[in-house]
Amino acid sequence: MSQVPDLECRAISKSFDEFKAVKDVSFSVPQGTFFSILGPSGCGKTTLLRMIAGFQKPTGGDLLIKGRSVLEVPPNKRPVSMVFQHLALFPMMNIGANVGFGLRQRGVNRADTKRQVERVLERVGLAGVADRPVNSLSGGQKQRVAIARCMVLEPDVLLLDEPLGALDLKLREHMKVELKQLQSEFNTTFVYITHDQSEALVMSDQIAVMNHGVFEQVGIAKELYYEPETAFVAGFVGEANRFSARIDSIDGGILGMVTPEGRTLRGIGAGQGLATGTTVDVFVRPEAVRLSRRHADLSAMGNSGQGQVRNILFNGANSQLILRDQTTGADMNVALPQTGEFRDLAQGDTVHFGWEPQQTRVYPGAGGRHGN
Amino acid sequence: MIVGIPQSGAFRWTYRAYVTLFFIYLALPLITVCVFAFNDSVFPSLPWEGFTWAWFFGTEAPYIGVFHERPILRSIVTSAIVAFWVSVLSVIVGTTNAFLFVRYEFRGKGLLYILMLLPLIIPGIILGISILVFSSTVANTLEDATGLWFDGLRPGLILVVLGQFSFITTFATLVISARLQKFDPSLEEAALNLGATPWGAVRAVTLPFLYPAMAAAGVVAVLMSFENFNTTLMLVGSDAPLTITMFDRLKLGSTPVLNAVSLLLMVASAVLGLASLLLQKRRE
Amino acid sequence: MGTDRTRLGFWLLIAPLAVWLLALIVLPHVGMFLVSLRERVGVREYETSLANYAVFFNEPLYWNTFARTAYMSISATALTLLIGFPIAYYIAKLTRGRTKTTLFLMCLIPFWVSELVRTFGWMILLRETGIFSGLLQYLGLVGGPVEMLYNDAAIMTGLVYTSMLFMVVPLVTTLDSLDDSLIEAGYDLGASGFAILREIVIPHAMPGIVSGCIVVFMLSLGNYLTPILLGGKDSLWFTGLIYDQFITRFNWELGSAFGFLLLGLSSLIVFLGLKLSGQSLGKTMAQT
Repeated sequence: MSQVPDLECRAISKSFDEFKAVKDVSFSVPQGTFFSILGPSGCGKTTLLRMIAGFQKPTGGDLLIKGRSVLEVPPNKRPVSMVFQHLALFPMMNIGANVGFGLRQRGVNRADTKRQVERVLERVGLAGVADRPVNSLSGGQKQRVAIARCMVLEPDVLLLDEPLGALDLKLREHMKVELKQLQSEFNTTFVYITHDQSEALVMSDQIAVMNHGVFEQVGIAKELYYEPETAFVAGFVGEANRFSARIDSIDGGILGMVTPEGRTLRGIGAGQGLATGTTVDVFVRPEAVRLSRRHADLSAMGNSGQGQVRNILFNGANSQLILRDQTTGADMNVALPQTGEFRDLAQGDTVHFGWEPQQTRVYPGAGGRHGN
Repeated sequence: MIVGIPQSGAFRWTYRAYVTLFFIYLALPLITVCVFAFNDSVFPSLPWEGFTWAWFFGTEAPYIGVFHERPILRSIVTSAIVAFWVSVLSVIVGTTNAFLFVRYEFRGKGLLYILMLLPLIIPGIILGISILVFSSTVANTLEDATGLWFDGLRPGLILVVLGQFSFITTFATLVISARLQKFDPSLEEAALNLGATPWGAVRAVTLPFLYPAMAAAGVVAVLMSFENFNTTLMLVGSDAPLTITMFDRLKLGSTPVLNAVSLLLMVASAVLGLASLLLQKRRE
Repeated sequence: MGTDRTRLGFWLLIAPLAVWLLALIVLPHVGMFLVSLRERVGVREYETSLANYAVFFNEPLYWNTFARTAYMSISATALTLLIGFPIAYYIAKLTRGRTKTTLFLMCLIPFWVSELVRTFGWMILLRETGIFSGLLQYLGLVGGPVEMLYNDAAIMTGLVYTSMLFMVVPLVTTLDSLDDSLIEAGYDLGASGFAILREIVIPHAMPGIVSGCIVVFMLSLGNYLTPILLGGKDSLWFTGLIYDQFITRFNWELGSAFGFLLLGLSSLIVFLGLKLSGQSLGKTMAQT
């Protein structure tokens, strides 16, 4: 990868008075990548995006597009375009004028503008709507117009500020696929911010998980899901059952732990400073947990126990079981496989469960509640 | 300094300076009027001759203060009487109009609504002369027919009240309608459901909801009536309201007693304005 | 029974409206129009004719004043818009929260006093023995007292001042409703500040601009105080002519004709303004 990345941030930071919204964030996005920044609201992702677009000035660090610093370039001269949260299509212009807006600002002549507008609208599957008012379009079509309006300028980087947030659930699912398709078709670098993990996981080539102004982890979707580097990532991306425990043995790569209630756990370390006696947070995904009616099936798994069915949340392939662990008395989320084996499971039944230590990730604990 | 868009410092400072200048422009005439109410000179102009309260409390000519100027005091009373009646009438008619336009659907409603808005776009002078011409014609006809006198239809306070009422009612209607539109009709239905008569439901539920808007409309009506000049000028008889008296003085050139009156007017308007603002606050 | 009652309510509610509109608006204007068509041929003897309108068109003083009033009102409207727009933009887009409310209320304060007092203030400022003259002398810029009152510039100053509120309020309202992200989007797509103003801000503010301009134009056209008090001997205003005919010369027939011409002009401009911008009267007036 000797190629110059389309976008590179070097220790970029932004403070508002005392509050540091973005703290020394560094990353680079290679050409043609769908890069997502995922984080809860208030994590600084919007500030970061607005700095890249040029609407806010970083208080420190540098910002490079195609290898050139753009800190001193005002937003109307930057080779980046932005799709706004509520799209910001101009209601006073028709669709063609919206899409051609940027070209007009560049002084492209009328005929060329018209031709390019037609072409880009065709590429997003909206040929022949140029003369219609913006409000005649559906939510998904508006989305495509907003993207076309940026893409017609052939920006080096396209920024997207949670543009799917305003859509209803069904359309959102559909647009995820469509956005990804558009991106690979245009082969433009997309930087997409969202608080919705499924949007990020489905569409992105690379995802950065952001929290409290820093990137917790940058990686591909699978890495984030299966190998989260921090407790925050483990908790934020995907669902997880969480235990607080203390390490009492270290055997090769496998940590042996015990919860305050006396449940023993075995897992693998995913952080620094894990020694015997350390208080840790332990995460296990609901789908990693196996269920069985017989103890013998699961006794070899490294972590096992018995629980009572508290609730069955039937949701087709995503059905879940809420189990009360008999050792700890705490509720656990377990994916309920729809293979028919557990169809007759009812509230109050007792089942055995177990999971492998390899699917149990251990992070240094945040608090010392169980430390002593 | 468009939001989120960096602009040069020079531009920003020029813009700020412009805005500051604008507000100075707005305030300057008022401040001048107020300051010269205290000038110890018989003309409201430079040079500054020193501070005095004479234009408020003076009793010796030419230093006769507001509180001892009979014609001005009388015209204030006249204005107050006019304002009172205009306010009462326009709030009553404004309220019935609001009910009509918000609650009823009928043929010609659109046309009536436009007609109701018309007084806003008719110049005040025209409103004045048209009423003057019409009332005189009616008076002439009636006098010819009956041989009696109809002084109420000749220029005078009644015509002034009617003239001001004719356009202030539009404002009252708009203010009260806006409030009535926000009223949840299910409240009235609930009252009916609980056994109230239709009129009883309106009186117990709807009118109290409208009181703040009616009060605000009343305040606006009083202010507009006190300020009105154009319509009043055409309809005024021997009893002149304050603005007319002041205008006559101004044309002839007057002592700073006019400044003193103006200052008092400003204080009164400010108090009224604040009161209506507080009313609006409480409404929300 | 219920419908009977609502019918009764309907008639009770429409009665005051009908009396108000008929007796104070419609009939007076019809009456005024009829009077304007009357020609006095003897003592209390009249004929229907267009003679009064003919007088207007044959007397250069009259139609010159008419044209001058229209022209000055249009200039005052344009000037008010030019001065008021940046202020409205500043209040709507560049200030937040408390500052915004304060600035907005500050715009309204001068209008808590009557036009008469405001005009009086300008007289004190502009007259020969006034503040500006004194200031200029003090600064040594002029040798003796300067008379700044009694000319067209003084009328303009007064008209713009008196009308400012009616321009700024609708402008602030419409500009406030302009989504900031539209401005940012325009900028992001490469537009300069001027292009954004022309292509995004002004089209969005058009309803406010139209309603502000209509109201300001009407107020200027129908103004009487400002031109009379601030204008000079030759600074005639059409409302002044109407007043003359009615009160001084007692020629109601000609005065009515003048009144009707003024009304016609103001209605025409309002109509054109609404047509050109595709607005309706109801919506426009709701802005103010």
